[in-house]
Amino acid sequence: MPPLLSLDAVSAAYGQSRVLWDIDLATEAGTAVALLGRNGVGKTTLLRTIIGLHRVATGKIFFEGKDVTRLSAHERAWRGIGFVPQGRNIFPHLTVEENLKIGLAALAGRAGSGETDVPDYVFDLFPTLARLRNRKGGVLSGGEQQQLAIGRALAGRPRLLLLDEPTEGIQPSIVKQIEKVLDQVRRELKISILIVEQYLDFAWAFADRYYVMQRGRIVRDGWTQEHDPAAVAELLNI
Amino acid sequence: MSELALFVGQLFNGASVASIFLLAALGLALSFGLMRVINMAHGEMLMMGGYVAYLTLKFTPPAYGILIAIPIAFVVSGIAGAILEVLLVHRLASRPLDTLLATWGVSLCLQQGARSIFGPIGDEVTAPKWLGGAFQVTHGALNGLSLPYARMFIIGFTVVVVAALGLLLVRTRIGLYVRAVTQDRDTAEAMGINIRKIDLLIFSLGTGLAGVAGVVLAMLEPVTPSVGQAYIVPAFLVVILGGLGSLIGTTIASVMVGLISALTQIVWTVSLSKVFLLLFVVAFIQLRPRGVISVRSRALEET
Repeated sequence: MPPLLSLDAVSAAYGQSRVLWDIDLATEAGTAVALLGRNGVGKTTLLRTIIGLHRVATGKIFFEGKDVTRLSAHERAWRGIGFVPQGRNIFPHLTVEENLKIGLAALAGRAGSGETDVPDYVFDLFPTLARLRNRKGGVLSGGEQQQLAIGRALAGRPRLLLLDEPTEGIQPSIVKQIEKVLDQVRRELKISILIVEQYLDFAWAFADRYYVMQRGRIVRDGWTQEHDPAAVAELLNI
Repeated sequence: MSELALFVGQLFNGASVASIFLLAALGLALSFGLMRVINMAHGEMLMMGGYVAYLTLKFTPPAYGILIAIPIAFVVSGIAGAILEVLLVHRLASRPLDTLLATWGVSLCLQQGARSIFGPIGDEVTAPKWLGGAFQVTHGALNGLSLPYARMFIIGFTVVVVAALGLLLVRTRIGLYVRAVTQDRDTAEAMGINIRKIDLLIFSLGTGLAGVAGVVLAMLEPVTPSVGQAYIVPAFLVVILGGLGSLIGTTIASVMVGLISALTQIVWTVSLSKVFLLLFVVAFIQLRPRGVISVRSRALEET
């Protein structure tokens, strides 16, 4: 069986300047993969390239064995890639419930489903969101917005969830809760995860596999079980 | 006629003019909020609607010809808008200045086209009999006040259109998508919204509404090839004042613009009142750069 997601020598650029170089990466179904690296090494660009918000210059992206390199972002969402962007990008003037309903667009596109209600499992995972249902997204706290951003992506029943630094700038108690939820997402909802993370401890505890980026390239990868995090830590420190 | 009657009469005229500004501005506001493009040919969509009314009334019974013209104009201008979006606006979407120039060119072509077909002189569209006449006040404080039924129809019709558009935006799934794309295009697309489809739909809906504005306007004044030009400038003012992309803001702003021009015309000449209106808009934007109501859209974040 082909991997759920695989990148074959993907490179990307901003105008004339290249930011990603020959990225090879694979996510097997049912696994969690952590993408590590310091600020500005291209992690966010890589995630945006995978969802289709940034154009691939050369190379190919396959999802469930099919070439999605030329598909637009919404078509990739329809195929089953969920996205939790950096900075959360909640729609500030939409209510929590409306934000979650936007997540259903992926489902509507994929299955032509006319489903208009937010599935219960989203509120089961994040009871806070049920309480805040009619609040505007823009007035939520950072932690609440992060939960909303994850809930929104999950509402579309993705097969792969891309998360860009979900713990950044969030208070520790909510970070714990997000960790717990992501674990549930993986084990109970059987959704694979590709997470960009700054904190090595979290990544090591959570992920099966890791990739380390430096200056737009993958410089190291492997299974977290088999490798010593200390060696990776060196690559992350300045 | 008493001064109060004169004042109320102008207020009423202002409201009817505001209605046309609003119908013309809605499309501009929606598509600017969404795509950050300014369609200089938007006024010609209004002009098209006017000629649709003129032609329709030639072939239909005068009693309800105008009612038939409204949906036809909506479709004709809507399709024209869709063609414009696909062939030009979408292709130039990342180059706002080029869009401005290109649509301006289209605007000139359409005006010249209309001049070649219909001639430079205005074509009269007579309102049906049931909209002729006016509601006359013959005694009391408002003695002498005359409220033309045609203008009442325009105000009432606009209220219905705006309410329908409001319901579309607030209650339907498409409306939800439109609001999301206006607030954050990239994220909306990554969530699975086909923004290409939303852009086209809203652009076409906006030009369709301009066409409808043209029909309504034709009941007040003759249709000329350059009629769109006269209404596009106030429509732009309305869009800027209203806070780009906000339905409520656009509505409030069009009432402001309509009333200011009508009321200042009681004491000043038309040109002086236009000067005042422009000064007012400049002053207002100094105080509230984001307009009456600010929608946080990508367009505003970047500028």
